[in-house]
Amino acid sequence: MSKVWDWGYAWEAFPLLAEASIITVKATLMGFVVALTVGLLFAIGRMAGPMWLRWTVGGVVEFIRSTPLLIQIFFLYYVMPEFGLTMSAMVTGVIALGLHYGAYCSEVYRAGLANVPKGQWEASIALNLSTWSTFKNVILPQAIPPVVPALGNYLVALFKETPLLSVIAVLELMQTAKILGSETFRYVEPITLVGAFFLVFSLVSAALIRRLERHLNASPGRRI
Amino acid sequence: MRSTHSATLVVAILCFGAGLWVTGFSSLRDFLPELLRGVIVTVQVTAGGAVVAVVAAFGAALARLYGPKPLRWFASTYVEVFRGTSALVQLFWLFFVLPHFGLTLSPLVVGIAALGLNIGAYGAEVVRGAIGSVGRGQWEAATALNLTRAQALRCIILPQAFVAMIPPWGNLFIELLKATSLVSLITLSDLAFKAQQINQNTLRTAEVFASVLLIYLALSLLITVAMRALEARAARGLRRGRVG
Amino acid sequence: MNEHAPDNETNTVIAEPPLVHFEKVTKCYGPLTVLDQLDLAVAAHEKVAIIGPSGSGKTTVLRMLMTLETIDSGLISIDGEPLTHMPQGDKLVRANAAHLKRMRGHIGMVFQHFNLFPHMTALKNCMEAPQTVLGMSKGEAHARASDLLAQVGLADKLDHYPSQLSGGQQQRVAIARALAMRPKVMLFDEVTSALDPELCGEVLAVIRSLGQEHQLTMLMVTHQMGFAREFADRVCFFHAGRIEEQGPARALFENPQNERTQQFLRAVMDAV
Repeated sequence: MSKVWDWGYAWEAFPLLAEASIITVKATLMGFVVALTVGLLFAIGRMAGPMWLRWTVGGVVEFIRSTPLLIQIFFLYYVMPEFGLTMSAMVTGVIALGLHYGAYCSEVYRAGLANVPKGQWEASIALNLSTWSTFKNVILPQAIPPVVPALGNYLVALFKETPLLSVIAVLELMQTAKILGSETFRYVEPITLVGAFFLVFSLVSAALIRRLERHLNASPGRRI
Repeated sequence: MRSTHSATLVVAILCFGAGLWVTGFSSLRDFLPELLRGVIVTVQVTAGGAVVAVVAAFGAALARLYGPKPLRWFASTYVEVFRGTSALVQLFWLFFVLPHFGLTLSPLVVGIAALGLNIGAYGAEVVRGAIGSVGRGQWEAATALNLTRAQALRCIILPQAFVAMIPPWGNLFIELLKATSLVSLITLSDLAFKAQQINQNTLRTAEVFASVLLIYLALSLLITVAMRALEARAARGLRRGRVG
Repeated sequence: MNEHAPDNETNTVIAEPPLVHFEKVTKCYGPLTVLDQLDLAVAAHEKVAIIGPSGSGKTTVLRMLMTLETIDSGLISIDGEPLTHMPQGDKLVRANAAHLKRMRGHIGMVFQHFNLFPHMTALKNCMEAPQTVLGMSKGEAHARASDLLAQVGLADKLDHYPSQLSGGQQQRVAIARALAMRPKVMLFDEVTSALDPELCGEVLAVIRSLGQEHQLTMLMVTHQMGFAREFADRVCFFHAGRIEEQGPARALFENPQNERTQQFLRAVMDAV
């Protein structure tokens, strides 16, 4: 008996959702920063550390990649307080996202690092460069640009998984939509708007990443 | 495919198993039966979703490659929409919104459909890529022997593409397994739901969630092993053999 | 051996209607003209070797005959019937897919890189098309395939996969596979170029014996000058999309008239 789509309601819901989208974006960006950092640490640990470190980090990365993000969020949210670490839902969510996607990013970094020819390391040794400055000035500048598109894809993926934070009551888009829906018993408009928002963002960023990829591949001096 | 990773996987499982054993393996016995009931649902959703995903992926890929324009457009829209929105949004949309259109499905069906279509959209790209990876020479040989395109696809191209697509599909099936945890949010009593439930009842949070993570890990490993075996069987003739 | 008297133009005058006839065929890739008003006629049972520098259009000739490429202008006919075009009323229009498929059955091709189906045994490779395209029963196809594989000397390798065969063996399977479709014309596109030198002999021997035994009409693009010289009936020297010179094999190799031919042959012989 009720309309399938109520434009009036959709219009009302919009500002609330827009506000929530800011939280979503914040969570995404913070989570991604954590992911980039953690990922790099994982990658370096796996490639350059002592044997025991490699195996441990490898095990941790595989563990994170093979288990659902949802459970990891719950784990951090419920278990961390038992170890004395009580954090807000937002912080927990960001850390969970960061660790999860850090594991994925570490694989991307590893591929990028592996693609730098051995000769680069050898030349640096011959020039007596320290390991740290070799890494910073020679290796990373060559390793990172080719994998930026892959990292970009994970940024988009991370963004699309922020709705999972709704299960620990972070007031991002999905949580807001659910609250709106439960108040008015009309879920169609909020959830569709949320879906549309993600879709638009996803398509736009996919196009941007393709542009970035072309730009990176075209810059002289990178490809031999 | 994560070729070197089953070793690290095994190590990880052993460590966690050891950790659990140390913290009181006996407690696992208390809620293991409940958890296993959840595992059954998880496996159901994964298996059903896998079937939907494969069918959708092949349908969309072939439609995009060889279909008439409207079909191609439809397939492309499906792929873009389901890849552009997250599984949770799709799940919630199907669960909350479909009833408004008069279609009330059980949570199990919604879960299988939403997740299957989600993974299927990614699978469509895998299938397309695998078909494209078969060398042009194979198509030319098929043409030279006067096979139609359909015959060439069926007998020559797809069998070779099939082998190439097994590793990426393995990864997608693991993603599917992980995504099934989301159905706990639409009231389906899967493993994730049981974990929440038992946690709320017993408050033995660390043990419950650690066990659950371990079970998911074991299921992932199962998928990896199964796909590896499938690949080995399918690649029988295609392996770089000894040159006689 | 066919007697024919070539004149100095690119047209060859032959006694009976040609089995394969290229008439003023032109093919361009963008600004690049690969074939330039090509006239070429091949008689039934004739063995024609096509030689020339790379980029001269040699392979394109074969690929167009095999309908792997389209022509821009001109006409190709097989046994009097147009291949690239089809009659509509009393005009000729571009051939549609059905016509091409029908005509394609008259041509067989062996590729430089074999293009065997890696997921099938040698036997299955040779059975596939007869069963699927010609509708042969499994028994018939099996008999034909094993017979042909025996003729190319691989009777004991029927159940081997391509990855288990040497390059020379794989190419022989490819030849058997093409012959299984009983084409009127066999095309060989540099079939020994991808082989280690010591494996070329077995492939050339098979071509020679099958060609003679089955009285096949053959077009071969080849760099094997020795083979072309003693096996081919006629040799065409291609340059820049045109036939610079053609004639009986022995005559062309021993006494090339055209300067470019002389240059090319000198360069090739020096390299041996």
